Amino acid sequence: MSGYRIETAGRVNRAAPLTFTFDGVGYSGFEGDTLVSALLANGVDVLGRSFKYHRPRGAWGAWFDDPNAVFSVRLNGVEMPNMIGATTPLEDGMELRAVNAFPTAKSDIKGALDLFNRFLGAGFYYKTFMWPDWHLFEHPIRKMAGLGALDGKVIEDFESDQIHDRCDLLVVGGGVSGLTAARTAAEAGQNVVLVDDHAELGGTAFQRQLIDGVAAADWVGQQVAAITAAGGRMMANATAFGVFDHKLVGIVQNKGFGRAPDLTRMRAKRMVIASGVIDRPLTFGNNDRPGVMSLNGAAELVARYGVVAGKKIAILSSHSEVDHYASVLRDAGGDVEVIEARSTNIQALGKKRVNGLKLDGRRVACDTILTSAGLAPVLHLWRHAGGKLDWSETANAFLPAAGPDWISVTGSANGIFGVEAKLADVRAVVLGSDRQARTASYKATPVTPDPDSKLRQWVDFQHDVTVKDIALAKRENYVSVEHLKRYTTLGMANDQGKTSNVPALSLMAKLQNKPVPEVGTTTFRPPFVPVPLEIYRGAHRQQQFHPVKRLSLEAQHRAAGAALGEYGGWLRPAWYGDKEADTVKVEAKRARETAGFFDASPLGKIEVMGPDAEAFMNFIYYNNMATLKPGFIRYGFVLTERGAVFDDGVVARFDQNRYVISCSSSHVEGMSGLLEAWRQDGNDPDRVFVHDTTHHWSTVTVTGPKARDIVGAVVSGIDLSAEAFPHMQFRLGQMNGIEVRVARVSFTGDLSFEISIETGKVAELWQAVSDAAKAHGAGPMGMEALAILRAEKGYIVVGKDTDGETMPHDLGFGAPRLKKKAAFVGDRSLHTENANREDRKLLTGLAVSAGETPLPEGAHIVSRQNGKMKSHGFVTSSYDSPNTGAPIAMALVDATLVKDGAKVEIFHLGASRHATIASPVFYDQQGDRLNA
Amino acid sequence: MTKSYSGFRLLKEGIGGNKGWGQAWRTPEPEKIYDFIIVGGGGHGLATAYYLAKKHGQKKVAVIERGWLGGGNTGRNTTVVRSNYFYPESAALYDMSLKLYEQLSRELNFNIMLSQRGMVVLAHSDPEMELSARIVNAMQINGTDAELIDADRVKKLAPILNTRPDARFPIKGGVYQGRGGTARHDAVAWGYARAADALGVDIIQNCEVTNFLIEGGECKGVETSKGTIRASRVGVAVAGHSTVMGGYKLPIQTYTLQAFVSEPMKPVMDTVAFSPSYGTYFSQSDKGGLVIGGGLDRIPSYAQKGNMPAQEAVLSGLIEMAPALAKVKLLRHWGGAVDVTPDSSPVIGPVDVPGIYINCGWGTGGFKAIPAGGYLLAHLLATGKHHEVSAPFDPSRFRKGRLIDEAAASGIAH
Amino acid sequence: MQRFPCPFCGLRDETEFFYAGDLGKVRPDTTQPVSDEEWSAYLNDYANVKGRAKEVWVHTACQEYLALERDTVTMDVLSVTQFRKGEI
Repeated sequence: MSGYRIETAGRVNRAAPLTFTFDGVGYSGFEGDTLVSALLANGVDVLGRSFKYHRPRGAWGAWFDDPNAVFSVRLNGVEMPNMIGATTPLEDGMELRAVNAFPTAKSDIKGALDLFNRFLGAGFYYKTFMWPDWHLFEHPIRKMAGLGALDGKVIEDFESDQIHDRCDLLVVGGGVSGLTAARTAAEAGQNVVLVDDHAELGGTAFQRQLIDGVAAADWVGQQVAAITAAGGRMMANATAFGVFDHKLVGIVQNKGFGRAPDLTRMRAKRMVIASGVIDRPLTFGNNDRPGVMSLNGAAELVARYGVVAGKKIAILSSHSEVDHYASVLRDAGGDVEVIEARSTNIQALGKKRVNGLKLDGRRVACDTILTSAGLAPVLHLWRHAGGKLDWSETANAFLPAAGPDWISVTGSANGIFGVEAKLADVRAVVLGSDRQARTASYKATPVTPDPDSKLRQWVDFQHDVTVKDIALAKRENYVSVEHLKRYTTLGMANDQGKTSNVPALSLMAKLQNKPVPEVGTTTFRPPFVPVPLEIYRGAHRQQQFHPVKRLSLEAQHRAAGAALGEYGGWLRPAWYGDKEADTVKVEAKRARETAGFFDASPLGKIEVMGPDAEAFMNFIYYNNMATLKPGFIRYGFVLTERGAVFDDGVVARFDQNRYVISCSSSHVEGMSGLLEAWRQDGNDPDRVFVHDTTHHWSTVTVTGPKARDIVGAVVSGIDLSAEAFPHMQFRLGQMNGIEVRVARVSFTGDLSFEISIETGKVAELWQAVSDAAKAHGAGPMGMEALAILRAEKGYIVVGKDTDGETMPHDLGFGAPRLKKKAAFVGDRSLHTENANREDRKLLTGLAVSAGETPLPEGAHIVSRQNGKMKSHGFVTSSYDSPNTGAPIAMALVDATLVKDGAKVEIFHLGASRHATIASPVFYDQQGDRLNA
Repeated sequence: MTKSYSGFRLLKEGIGGNKGWGQAWRTPEPEKIYDFIIVGGGGHGLATAYYLAKKHGQKKVAVIERGWLGGGNTGRNTTVVRSNYFYPESAALYDMSLKLYEQLSRELNFNIMLSQRGMVVLAHSDPEMELSARIVNAMQINGTDAELIDADRVKKLAPILNTRPDARFPIKGGVYQGRGGTARHDAVAWGYARAADALGVDIIQNCEVTNFLIEGGECKGVETSKGTIRASRVGVAVAGHSTVMGGYKLPIQTYTLQAFVSEPMKPVMDTVAFSPSYGTYFSQSDKGGLVIGGGLDRIPSYAQKGNMPAQEAVLSGLIEMAPALAKVKLLRHWGGAVDVTPDSSPVIGPVDVPGIYINCGWGTGGFKAIPAGGYLLAHLLATGKHHEVSAPFDPSRFRKGRLIDEAAASGIAH
Repeated sequence: MQRFPCPFCGLRDETEFFYAGDLGKVRPDTTQPVSDEEWSAYLNDYANVKGRAKEVWVHTACQEYLALERDTVTMDVLSVTQFRKGEI
């Protein structure tokens, strides 16, 4: 029990007390506290346990750099794992639990692991657990690893907003430099946004009595008021977490516990980074003990939260700013002794709390050791943006060097200390005048630890990486900085190396007798602080993740009892009724006996027009589209340049210069894109035009022996007789005076008419067809029945009965490949070695006897040789056909096996059966019904 | 020379203060001439050198690495291993790799933490289940382990997944490969490096190959930042930079692939799950972080860092797949440069310049192929001829049109 | 999030654009004999430039194709022009 609260300092709201628990014990704090400041104010010493050895951990710092105080927090039924205690605002009623400790942080049963530390050095697991198998050891090790536990619950309304914003100047950091930058720019008329991760702006200003001759808090208030008055915007609780290409800065703004933070994508013309410094930890014996803290952090605890870290404080420091921090603590009433850290023989005493310090054999009485081996600029964003770093021998730190010209680093992040120097530099940066050279007054002279010391000296507090581990990595030649990191897990904890990186590099440099810059740094990667995955989610949630397309007639289908399913991205009727199996068969039978009708609106209707339309269409299509006569329709394939079937469908020619492509419903976007690509690449875009009218026209198809009668009752102005209106032609007519297009094409093999009407009128068309159908005992049918009907005729569905390798000659359409003279997409690919293979997979039918179950889709056709199976293709479509009375199937099968009547072995999930190669046309082979 | 690793040795060295461990590999200066040079000290390059030494008895082998070994995609991937492929050619390649992985820790005397916790590729509709059956059957026929599993089984394997019927893509089941899983990526590079070094291979880090040494139209070595190094055969395994040195054309485009890791948590996910519909896959590392991956960034790039659209696509898909993860915090994300070929299958074989043999084009999936990629390139270098497993992946397949396109097998015309 | 300039619509987010290949690639005249090598080069070979690359992109919002000069390392956009027959 060493930390305590004082009345004379801090920005917390003492009028608003809050209660909370930690590991089951009740405490109180104030509004404005963080989890860490509140716990320290209550004198709590052990806040958590380290990852590997379960050593007790106190707070290290008061900002994002603290790797130790990590809690699972619960409030109002919401639990979040791994909350960073130093930056999470305290809220009333919070229940905190230490992560990775049982039953409590103070007495963790796994603490005994520390006794075995000599066997658990860096990378020990790479050297054992190989026999018989790692997986055997893995489970218990995994259970020991990890920090907090995820409760697996979904938080209600945990939704991040994504905000797109822009500004002339983005200022990162709301301290003295940042506020001055924002004010100067705003008053110069710039559109300014300032972000700061604290609840209250001011940075470390509150550590000072006076700024520019004004009391610090008043000074901060004046700047905020001036920025507001000049039209500048300020975002508190907001962290710029990453810089991405084209000057985009990601900002996350917290909105309180259990609420999803907002993401702002800020497009800034310029950015000023004034993100300050953190302490580089001093590396000495047992420097991980609770009570060893960042000096800067302890000063912040006083200034922002009125919390003094301990009663008897020893400051161990090796830089020139120490007096400032010491005075902050002295002013707070602390009993402070300042010791310059010049020795490699320093050791903290005490287990769960520091109770002294041993320095070259001398014992110093203290309950708190505040350390700083130097001030390390926070330059993550600078590095994200490609800025370079220079190693400063005087500051013993990386400082910004050359970098992107739209970003300036200023303030202590640029190695500038002292208010006057800061203000001068900031104004120069913002107003574009010459900047003064960095002041040389600041010096840090850290002592690099002795790698041969017997002491255990921590470099990475959370992950338990010690000086010995780094020495071991060196010994084993893991000397590259990335090897060092990955081998020892240094810097891979929650703080991502913010505290550990520079001490480790310096040590590795010493071990190798190299200057620090030659050792290099690991790559700085976003996010700068951990951010919930939710912020990246945007609008892609639930049904909006990938919205389905909806039919104009959806209400009518629902009213008719349709079961809706997703087909090619559209929500379409699968069948009408309750039970799939029965209903689908009824629909499929009825369509052959009388008629069926269905909503075919998603079918593509892409218009291609212009004086070059004919040549263009002939190039796009595998089949000859130049010879198609106006009023006629032709079935055809569109290929990829690799010769694979991309789409099949029918093309109607309206006149010399106008075609309408009716592509598959799932390929409309793809076809439009393909047409547009070829239109602009290789053709004259002024002479051919592509226009997708799919959504302008809706279509109802009537199919079956009674189709003519039904359509005749609905449509006027067209002679529907077989002689006047044969298969593969279209006519224009009317329904109630509205123009309709009627095409005689068929996907069922029966007499069929596709009636298209402007989408706004399709409900009338559907009603009229329904009424007319009723008189003939016909009814609506869904996609499942249609799938059976088309399969009975051997009609393919591209993407189901073909794969990305299928070429048109595999489907029985070989003529254009051999005969078409004009160039067309994919033509040359139809003559490669691959296209001429004798074992190409051909579309074929597979027959089994009536009474057998249908072949499973996805089953393979196999042969066996020497006990080894070989696949020769697979079943693509398979149905129990109500119209043939037997199961039917289509398959892609090795051409060498495709002989009518040949028996083949079918393999499915370990079981075998047989089927017979047959024509894929199982119904009405002569096509009499089609042409009826 | 390094000492043999074992639990016993760990105890012994621990008692001695861990002072007795030797270097995992040396830091040699390059010789003037080798029999074989491998350009690229990633997993594939190091494995190639190892198998050249181990299987083919080659003594004069150098690996030349521009940065630190294992520093390219070997150290940037999501560590998934699997062989759930459709075509026999792919199955032979990737299953060879998985089989080599299964014995690798013991063979290399280095625990690569192969964790065969299984991998499920989710199916979200009846057609996807049929396609899954097509793939499972192909795998079983090819001799690879595979099961077609239903939604209940998925729920048992990974309770964190969204199995609700009102999900945008409800889970119907999937393709399960029990031998799939993860391995510790760095350890694979280090294990091969240490074993290759022990066999006399010179691993030269921080040495950039700037050009091929061409004499009489044939490759006779390489120019490097440390001078000319001669060799009779040069193997190239530099994923993401396979065409940068020039001299030959390859059907490759370089893209950024991003990966993501979350804060460490207690185990919540004990398998690898991939949803093609959500465009995301994830597993949980032994350290407790979720390791997340998805599709490529859409812009050809060598930048080795990614952008927000792909981040949003992958992570929104993840949350739809497992909504409880919305509140989990992301710790780090990064990008690597990957080679993308027209059929997304690798290219292994000689290039137009005699003396140069390439291993590239692994796209998003090079890690799982490291042992086979190295084994096969070593075979090519040592014998000048293809191993039967690598023959179908020769660059000549593009001229013949004989692509090995696993995406084509899934019925996606493109 | 990168932004590309569309000659017709101005600066737009990268998500609105699709990469469509190398600039200057000409389809072989397939009415004449084309060798396997020639066809394969057309189908499969990419410049894959590290650095200053000339590419074709489509702005999906307006469906217009554009010729973009871009640095594939820094991601800087260097120039953009309309992509039209005869202008490449």
